[in-house]
Amino acid sequence: MTAILLADSVTVKFGGLTALDNVHFSVEEGEFLSLIGPNGAGKTTLLNAITGVVAPVSASLKLGGNDISNLPTYKRIRMGLALTHQIVRPFTSMTVLENVAFAAGFKKVKRILSSLVTFNRMPEKKKAAQFLEIVGIDEYRDQEVFKLPLGVLKRLEVARALAVEPKILLLDEPLAGLNSQEAGKLADTIKGISKLGMTVVMIEHNLSEVLRISDRLHVLDNGRDLAEGEPKSVMKMPQVRAAYLGG
Amino acid sequence: MGLYEISLATVVGINIILAVSLNLITGYCGQISLGHAAFYGIGAYTAALLAKIGWPIYLTLGAGFFLAGIAGAVIGLTSLRVREDFLAIVTMGVAFLFVGIVRQQEFLGGEMGISGIPSPGMTKPAYLCLVLIIALLAILFSWYVKRSWMGYAFDAVADDEQTAKTLGLDIKSYKITAFAMGTAMAGLAGGLYAYYTRFIIPDAFGFIQSITILSMVAVGGIGSIFGVVLATIFLSLMPEIFRFINDYKLLLYGILLFSVMRFAPDGLAGFYKLLYKKRNLR
Repeated sequence: MTAILLADSVTVKFGGLTALDNVHFSVEEGEFLSLIGPNGAGKTTLLNAITGVVAPVSASLKLGGNDISNLPTYKRIRMGLALTHQIVRPFTSMTVLENVAFAAGFKKVKRILSSLVTFNRMPEKKKAAQFLEIVGIDEYRDQEVFKLPLGVLKRLEVARALAVEPKILLLDEPLAGLNSQEAGKLADTIKGISKLGMTVVMIEHNLSEVLRISDRLHVLDNGRDLAEGEPKSVMKMPQVRAAYLGG
Repeated sequence: MGLYEISLATVVGINIILAVSLNLITGYCGQISLGHAAFYGIGAYTAALLAKIGWPIYLTLGAGFFLAGIAGAVIGLTSLRVREDFLAIVTMGVAFLFVGIVRQQEFLGGEMGISGIPSPGMTKPAYLCLVLIIALLAILFSWYVKRSWMGYAFDAVADDEQTAKTLGLDIKSYKITAFAMGTAMAGLAGGLYAYYTRFIIPDAFGFIQSITILSMVAVGGIGSIFGVVLATIFLSLMPEIFRFINDYKLLLYGILLFSVMRFAPDGLAGFYKLLYKKRNLR
């Protein structure tokens, strides 16, 4: 297996606070990797550094062999990354379908001049409908987003990320805020997407779901790499237990 | 129509172009601007100066259009660094900067402005037609933008820039484009205004004018072409029809702007939608 995403010596500082300290992170093609760790460990910051939302002090980032360390966020996304947000961020002026169709039209808004002479939204809407079906919310397609429950919006985040046709799906706490039944169902959906061949990186606190669906774990604690490897053996490591249980 | 009505209709036409142009920036792309009149002024001064040295009207109007658009793109660059309330302050600065600079320049007429601007070379009714045709084109253009993928991208930027970025959108280019298009259109309106009054002073393009344009957009319903045009006609004619209002124009615009923001953020277009939806529910 080859690493599709390689992040080396990632250091991020917020003022005097070191959020990430020389983190090494790699993702194999096709795997389901969960990024775990206690609150404040730097998990979201790591994803933000990878997508370029946060500017690291130092980082060497390679996506599919290409160096993306100095690219702006939108170019990294176009090269094959997609991100969902921990706190859902739908476009509130659009319906569910329009949210996803906009993401699916990423090629049509690539060049600004051609976007002014491009009108047809049908192919993207068709594609969007398929993504809504994959995540199981196609019945809400024409609804305004502000009326919808969190469970639907969490799935909308995933559908919209899929619509940019990424090589890697980065999910930031997709199960947070859902009840155990909803969480289990969404975890199954994400596992299903992974089985279709998508490489998935997931930040998640829900350990029972993490252990159920992940191929590999990467543990961060206090901005440092703590452990990584096969889920069950990682959870048995004393330093991981200490980080989670204190001691 | 008498001369008075023709003159009034010309002002309404120019205001429509202005309001529609600000709507592209603030309504579509979500970038607030409190300095839109500065670009209106750049167009007016450019057209006035060039007309005085003998350029034909289509060239002077075109020059005002391009110069204002270029200035707008430069201001658009600043919008990349600041957002929302900070952008409002930066653009407010632009409004004061424009008037401040123009007042000090002798070749721009200083406080006295520019008088003796040549006539557009057509009768007043014909000029009114020209203004209305351009206003109609401005409306059609913004309707066209709304339907295109560019309009879709503007929606996304206005809703949530950060998310638009994480979906692979180059939001910088879209913001600069919105500024360039909107300000160029304001420059064109400025040129038309210069030929209409044939006498311009810096204060006509000050902060108060910027707020007036913003009121038209906000009262109409930010982003809605139909509402904005309706509000522009209403707000331009009201002080004329009810003369006594004229003295309290600013107070009235202030109250309107405040009430709309406080009670009906979607403006006239929002009311229409509300009515329409209620009827659907029945």
